[in-house]
Amino acid sequence: MNTTHYPHAARMSLQDVTVEFDGHKALSNVTFDVGAGTLMGVVGPNGAGKSTLFNAIAGLLPVRQGKVTLHRVDKGSGALAYVPQRESVNWRFPVTAMDVVMMGRCCRLGWCRRPGKRDRELVDACLCRVGLSDHRSALMTELSGGQRQRVFVARALTQEASVLLLDEAFSGVDAGAQEGLVEVLQTVRNEGRIVLLATHDLTNLAGRFDQVLCLNRRVCACGPPDEVFTSEVMQQLYGAHGVRLTVDGER
Amino acid sequence: MIEFFVAPLEYGFMLRALIGSVLVGVMCPLVGAYVVTRNLAFMGDALAHAVLPGMVLGFIAGINPAIAAVPTGVAVAVLVRIVSRRAGLSTDTSIGILFAAMFALGLVMLSTSTTIRVDMEDLLLGQLLGISPTSIYVSLGITVAVILGLFALHHWLLFASFDPVGAQVLGRRTNIVDYVFLVMLALVIVIGIQAAGVILVMAMLVTPAATAYLLVRRFVSMMIAAALIGTAAAVTGLYISYHFNLPAGPAMTLVASAIFALAVAFRRRAPV
Repeated sequence: MNTTHYPHAARMSLQDVTVEFDGHKALSNVTFDVGAGTLMGVVGPNGAGKSTLFNAIAGLLPVRQGKVTLHRVDKGSGALAYVPQRESVNWRFPVTAMDVVMMGRCCRLGWCRRPGKRDRELVDACLCRVGLSDHRSALMTELSGGQRQRVFVARALTQEASVLLLDEAFSGVDAGAQEGLVEVLQTVRNEGRIVLLATHDLTNLAGRFDQVLCLNRRVCACGPPDEVFTSEVMQQLYGAHGVRLTVDGER
Repeated sequence: MIEFFVAPLEYGFMLRALIGSVLVGVMCPLVGAYVVTRNLAFMGDALAHAVLPGMVLGFIAGINPAIAAVPTGVAVAVLVRIVSRRAGLSTDTSIGILFAAMFALGLVMLSTSTTIRVDMEDLLLGQLLGISPTSIYVSLGITVAVILGLFALHHWLLFASFDPVGAQVLGRRTNIVDYVFLVMLALVIVIGIQAAGVILVMAMLVTPAATAYLLVRRFVSMMIAAALIGTAAAVTGLYISYHFNLPAGPAMTLVASAIFALAVAFRRRAPV
């Protein structure tokens, strides 16, 4: 992909990344490359290290061995945007969709500067892009699971991030809303950004990813969905009870 | 009616108490809004107890106990974070350990010192009516500093309070913001102790903010409503204490609690 017209375009490579907890390897020698404008699904069973991988990429966990490299056109701050798992968000905190999207401007605002006209316009534009213009004043607790995820994507857009990490974004989101979320992510991908979405739920949408990384503490397979969803890989992921998932989503 | 409000102010101590109650009524709930929404009430309670050694040192050294307590509060707030991270313990556990240890240290210092005479009741229940001009100036300075701090850190505090992991990914500033917030919390508690005492300062920190949480939607509105409720409770409590010869701290606490009870009865926010 020609990235010159996309300031947020990026390439990312992980080389031999190993993460340990108390002497046990949570991730072992993970190596893969993601090109600009890729929507990648990271699939694997619970405990496969999907969240650990995202935390290592985001710099939240120390990498014992190997390295994560990000090449991006825009050298500004806020390259990575993290959409957290539902449990790690403080839903008791009373913020509106607009407030959350404005959080993406934090690193551009600095310490004392208040949001200006451009910041507010950008927030409105990003909410519009994810189809939530009419919900800008709604509290986050008043939104559905799918709408909340789209607010987080809008926050990543105002942050002008090059890489979006969505951890279990389909959790608690119904099938229709999952479809809507993937459509939004595809438009984000079309701007040259990298979108990584972790899921343990192999729904029909798995075939909609450009690339799929099959992870079970190590890379079992990485490539287009029709190449990686083989019975052999499924068995490596889910053991003897592994499911056969074709690109069409038939089990 | 006017006499009810004006007459007490002929006394210098009442005028100082009124200024002190307004400052505490504004400052505690502003920070308390974060305490309530970030589930930090135990941390607040612990800090209120843990500053005791600093206050005792102040009495011994002959300096204003509020000024002496500030570094202790700040040190304990920072220590809680360090102990949780280093020992891999939950924040609650670290708070429990440090809070008990520091309060015990303060009590030992009080019991062994032969040079100071402190009324424990004043310390535990506050002495708003005896607040000194120096304490008023210290309170005013801290109030201004805390309001400026909250203004400067507003967006980062919102981010870190709502989505701590996402904020941490965005930058190392989140850690700085958390430490600065704990420092502000310690400052506010030290000032609140003078008005309401070690035990009842929690009422000014938590109750008006919790009341506001039930009544308004957005966080900024919650901060403003909390400050208004806190001021109303503090001033009303002060006048009640004067006219009915009651201790000021408990009177303020009861007024704040009564407003909270009304808010629960007419709540707007559905439980999360």
